[in-house]
Amino acid sequence: MLTVLYALLYYVATAVFIVGIAYRVWGYWKTPAPAVIPTTPAPVTRTGVVWRMFKEVALFESLWKSNKWIWIFAMMFHLSLWLIIIRHLRYFIEPVPTIIVLAQPFGKYAGFFFVLGALGLFARRILVARVRYISNPSDYLMLLMFLGIGITGLGMSFVMKADIVGVKNFFLGLMTFNWQPLPSDLGVLLHLALVALFMIIFPFSKLVHAPGVFFSPTRNMVDNPREKFHPVPWLPSIDTVEYDEPHGKK
Amino acid sequence: MAEEEKVIEELTTEEALTDPLFVPEPVEGAAAHIKSFPAAPEFQEKLGYPGERPENWKEVALNKMQDLRGKFRSFRLFLDICVKCGACTDKCHYYMGTADPKNMPVARQDLLRSVYRRYFTLPGKWFPSLVGARDLTEEVLDEWYTYYFQCSECRRCSVYCPYGIDTAEITMAAREILDSVGIGMKYTNEIIGKVYDVGNNLGLQAPALKATMEDLEEEIEEDTGVKVRIPVDEPADILLVPPSADFFAEPHIDGLIGYAKVFHAAGVKWTISTYASEAANFAMFIGSYENMRRVSQRIRREAIRLGVKRIIIGECGHAWRAAYQFLNTLAGPFDFLDPNYPVPQHICEFTWDLIQKGKLKFDKSQNDHLKLTFHDSCNVARASRMGDYPGGQFDIPRNIIKAVCNHYYEMPEDTIKEATLCCGGGGGLLTDDLMELRKKGGSPRMKALKQVTEEYGVNKMAAICAICKTQFSKIMPYNGYAMDDIMSVHQLVSNAIILPGSEQEAELAEAQAGGESEKEDA
Repeated sequence: MLTVLYALLYYVATAVFIVGIAYRVWGYWKTPAPAVIPTTPAPVTRTGVVWRMFKEVALFESLWKSNKWIWIFAMMFHLSLWLIIIRHLRYFIEPVPTIIVLAQPFGKYAGFFFVLGALGLFARRILVARVRYISNPSDYLMLLMFLGIGITGLGMSFVMKADIVGVKNFFLGLMTFNWQPLPSDLGVLLHLALVALFMIIFPFSKLVHAPGVFFSPTRNMVDNPREKFHPVPWLPSIDTVEYDEPHGKK
Repeated sequence: MAEEEKVIEELTTEEALTDPLFVPEPVEGAAAHIKSFPAAPEFQEKLGYPGERPENWKEVALNKMQDLRGKFRSFRLFLDICVKCGACTDKCHYYMGTADPKNMPVARQDLLRSVYRRYFTLPGKWFPSLVGARDLTEEVLDEWYTYYFQCSECRRCSVYCPYGIDTAEITMAAREILDSVGIGMKYTNEIIGKVYDVGNNLGLQAPALKATMEDLEEEIEEDTGVKVRIPVDEPADILLVPPSADFFAEPHIDGLIGYAKVFHAAGVKWTISTYASEAANFAMFIGSYENMRRVSQRIRREAIRLGVKRIIIGECGHAWRAAYQFLNTLAGPFDFLDPNYPVPQHICEFTWDLIQKGKLKFDKSQNDHLKLTFHDSCNVARASRMGDYPGGQFDIPRNIIKAVCNHYYEMPEDTIKEATLCCGGGGGLLTDDLMELRKKGGSPRMKALKQVTEEYGVNKMAAICAICKTQFSKIMPYNGYAMDDIMSVHQLVSNAIILPGSEQEAELAEAQAGGESEKEDA
């Protein structure tokens, strides 16, 4: 029964996650950026923009300029998340590639930093009056969701070992449409439920900042409005405009 | 009022009064009473907006929001991706100056984002209170009008946002939505109407403009003994488009004299146009591309009519953004101009180029009584470039100042260049009805200036923006400075330049000869 429930849940969650993000990204893609509006100083070449974007998404350059506390917590949170995701690939691939085996110890301990980062961000939300002011219930809940995912995950790694081989069989089964029973440890069930929730709300929430940042016109545009002609797609050609009469000739 | 006391307490501590980047604790409603005058129906209609709020205003506003979502990736994306991290919360000069939390960039965006979420996102439709979504009501409109006219579109927040979210984009959209339901701001919208009628923000008509330029020619001749021309509506190689404040306001006009002297020394054929006598484009402030084009296409028409090869823009911040980022896009292509020069070019680029080529002669000692600093205007710093490399907009004006002045000092690093603080009067807020906001918003810059005054004895600040100049000449007297302690960069050039055949040239030669003979005597 639980196996069926979780199997269906994960099919739905995966579909919502992929289709939802694709839909969002498609929306950003097709919406014009009608003028060249990078926040300057901005790179004047495509390569320069790639470098700027890299610094933004890998090093959080703007956040570094802004606030070292947020930067530290955000860095902890996101770097750990990457390591954790890489480590988790072992549950979906058989045999496990060497690179993922090598990432295993890092990914395992990254869990602690992930939780620490989320706690730091949570603390800021409560303790800094300015950030408290701009926080909605969903902002707190989302951090609680990540804390839940992190803590149940750490619990399974370090406290109550779960039947991880069984979990892997369950997911491999899902991927080959050959369902295998899901071990019914409480930790596993909670962890997986929260991850599915994460996948479902991702496309509908602020979590779309992850793909979204790549579309940000103030960051991804080459600073060349004088060198290159960028017509506004929804304005008529300049040749068709009517000019105001000079003063006194109306 | 308890709030007022809290604000006063928050903003009058020793630290609050001296630290340029002092961040107060939020005091709700602290700036809720600061409001600009709304535009009369006739001025709204002139720009293609309804004169009054239509019966079905809610539908119109939401349709407009939908329309903008399809036209501007920035608007669509920025409403979605903010994670409320708080990085921008302490970056706005209006927040620093008023302590009103709705002046924090993210909170300012949220005034609109909350409505967007309610009508355009599933979570907002299903669980509004969970995600901070709210209905569009008259109170919301009123709040938009208040706080979207407390933003100068300076882009300081966008520098610090990890996703580059630019509140200016949201402010522009919000103003466009407000205009679409007949709610406009008097100052900005009347001015745009004047440009359509007369050609400049001031409503200065052609005969008056010509007479003023003739007076200036006489003045320059009296000062230098050289007949420097300021041609108006003449066929030429260069069309100069200054902000119209340069024609009569102080210290702007001294900058215009500076441009004229530089053009004279360069020996180029240039002209001003009465039809396109305005570099500023206030339609940018209200986020209307249609109106922005209608203003900027005037420059195109005159460039064609006068047969020029180049377009040069005078000292002005938002105008330089409107020119740099939008002129080509909205009124281009300018393939009929000389391809060897960028379109448009900034007057500072023109002057610096001549200085580098050694074509201008200066007597720097003419500025020796001045101890200068330079205020980076927000839109020049964060929405434009000068020269051919990123950051040229910081170096070129400074290079010019250093070429004509001996005493130059920088304000604190975190208040200049890309981190520069807005003067407090940009984005269409340079109106007397917003004087309280202007004083408060200008306070971070004033505190930074005071630091260099105390440290180095700086007594003048130079700028290349008509709004900055007017704003500072108004608020400096409240901060222990004189109104003329703000100067045009080309005013400094004008002071120091030695025109061929001028009295200054003769004096300089005499002084040098005197100096040499003294040496010989010794």
